[in-house]
Amino acid sequence: MSLTQGVELAAGDRSGEAAGGLYRDALRRLRRSPTAIVGATLVLLFVFVAVFAPLLAPYSPTAVDLTDIRPGVFPGPSAEHPLGLDQLGRDELSRIIYGARYSLLIGVVSLSLGASVGLALGLIAGAFGGWVDSLVMRGVDIMLAVPSLLLAIGVAALLGPRLISVMIAIAVVNVPIFARLLRGSMLAQRRSDYALAARSLGVTRSRIVLQHVFPNSLAPVIVQGTLALATAIIEAAGLAFLGLGSPDPAIPEWGRMLAETNAFLASAPLLALWPGLAIVLSVMGFYLLGEALREALDPKLRR
Amino acid sequence: MLKFAVRRLLLLVPILLGLSILVFLFVRALPGGPETALLGERLTPERAAAVRAAYGLDRPVYEQYVSYMGKVAKLDFGVSIQSQRPVSEEIGRRFPATVELATFAILFAILVGIPLGFVAGRRPNSWLDNFSTVGSLIGIAIPVFALGFLLKYVFAVKLGWLPGTGRQDVRITTEHPTGFFVLDGLLTGDLPAAWDAVKHLILPAIALGTIPLAIITRITRAAVLETSNEDFVRTAEAKGMTRQIVTRRHILRNALLPVVTIIGLQTGLLLSGAILTETVFAFGGMGSFMADALFSRDFPVIQGGILFLAVVFVVVNLLVDISYGFIDPRVRTS
Repeated sequence: MSLTQGVELAAGDRSGEAAGGLYRDALRRLRRSPTAIVGATLVLLFVFVAVFAPLLAPYSPTAVDLTDIRPGVFPGPSAEHPLGLDQLGRDELSRIIYGARYSLLIGVVSLSLGASVGLALGLIAGAFGGWVDSLVMRGVDIMLAVPSLLLAIGVAALLGPRLISVMIAIAVVNVPIFARLLRGSMLAQRRSDYALAARSLGVTRSRIVLQHVFPNSLAPVIVQGTLALATAIIEAAGLAFLGLGSPDPAIPEWGRMLAETNAFLASAPLLALWPGLAIVLSVMGFYLLGEALREALDPKLRR
Repeated sequence: MLKFAVRRLLLLVPILLGLSILVFLFVRALPGGPETALLGERLTPERAAAVRAAYGLDRPVYEQYVSYMGKVAKLDFGVSIQSQRPVSEEIGRRFPATVELATFAILFAILVGIPLGFVAGRRPNSWLDNFSTVGSLIGIAIPVFALGFLLKYVFAVKLGWLPGTGRQDVRITTEHPTGFFVLDGLLTGDLPAAWDAVKHLILPAIALGTIPLAIITRITRAAVLETSNEDFVRTAEAKGMTRQIVTRRHILRNALLPVVTIIGLQTGLLLSGAILTETVFAFGGMGSFMADALFSRDFPVIQGGILFLAVVFVVVNLLVDISYGFIDPRVRTS
């Protein structure tokens, strides 16, 4: 099976088939997996809310309603404000809805940045091997030896308190993870029968790596990408808690909203609940989807 | 085995050298040096220059690096700018707290996670299995600091059952020969002090141990489920062995291998400091110490601390690899 596939691939006329087969298969299994359905629903809801925030939110996230607000008084849920007002008299529901935008933005930007640098490094290490591989992987070891949150704090401290620093900080944490993952996956693929078959047919090394090995090594990367979006939301919340997020208090970022409620937890515990719930549900969505993808893309479980 | 361990230790040398260079360059690239942290509003160009000269920051970077590494070789990490005490002494004070917290957290995760994952794996799709699956998911998805606040709010503020900050009641004046407060209490025979330290550890350990707990539960469940379907388990059952013996000798022993890996990796992570948990509970371990050092631009502490944590992390991972040989005889022969 793998040999004929390799020959077909090497012939170059149906080079996408092996990957397409795996992914079509995976999609079919995803549709039957309850984990995938719950995860995908949560993720789609999250993305929907983020994209259409201006249409969904009843108020602007920065509009202040001072009619009921006094120091130490937090008007709870009412008809006008379904989730109540925050400590500055802003509509909590609107802030949660707009907050989805920032979480999605932080997740997507940090993932694309971190994954592209990490994948480039992993591709170089996996394709060339030898001393290039050793050099790249020692660099990855150095990054992995520093606790990830400390690494993120360091990068954020270096770049100053801005939203983009948070994204870059989380991206830096992602770099060694993706580099190591792709390199390991490529090493396993390089030893496979179809790579050998392609080489015996005289296909050039760069073509084997780029057209055969690399696409077939991507399955674990896709899984990790989904999980990295979950981690990005959690890490952004942690950085916001340590005061390393954007200094602009108008930005409705879930992590910061949650961290700020600590000061008045006793009088308005609900204000901690909403951003907490938003974080937990969105993280859960990406995590469930990632787990379902891991199972669906596992060639060992294919029939 | 010995050759493997020595090779891994030698591999550590280039990693630590590379790391030391990167950290060295990193702290010098930070906006605002120690003079900003030390002088604050009294900052004038002359005073800043004096501070920089006092810490040798006016010399060329490579010169600074060479003299720093010369001192590090003698285990001299310099003096903290904030506290004016040797960095090694400061680490010596904080690291036992981190070890204590990590130990309690990982114990909590193991003692709850393995039995829970085991039962869930033996009875898949039972209510307990579903409960543990949903529980692990929430455990992974909730931010650590939020869980910390929740625990502190419920058990320290509302119910008043457990202390929510610090490592020990400030009125306790027991001596601390080792720096491990629980151990110190036991060694000096001051049992109330030891118990008080344990009580201070419970909430932070649960907050910190929740993610390892979720991961250990999931891995145990998957491993038990997989091993239960192995041929040798069916053979053992067919031979007429009792369910208990099959469970203990065949399933548990084989299923625990991946669990041990995860426990090792998680311990390495926990020992490198729990910045968020330590900040929420004002615990005073390595994590919050390092975060503070970064904020206050305490160069010697950042440099020494990161090197120290990296050594701990790599050594723990090495020990995990070596321990496989003892648990799994198959690794020894191959």
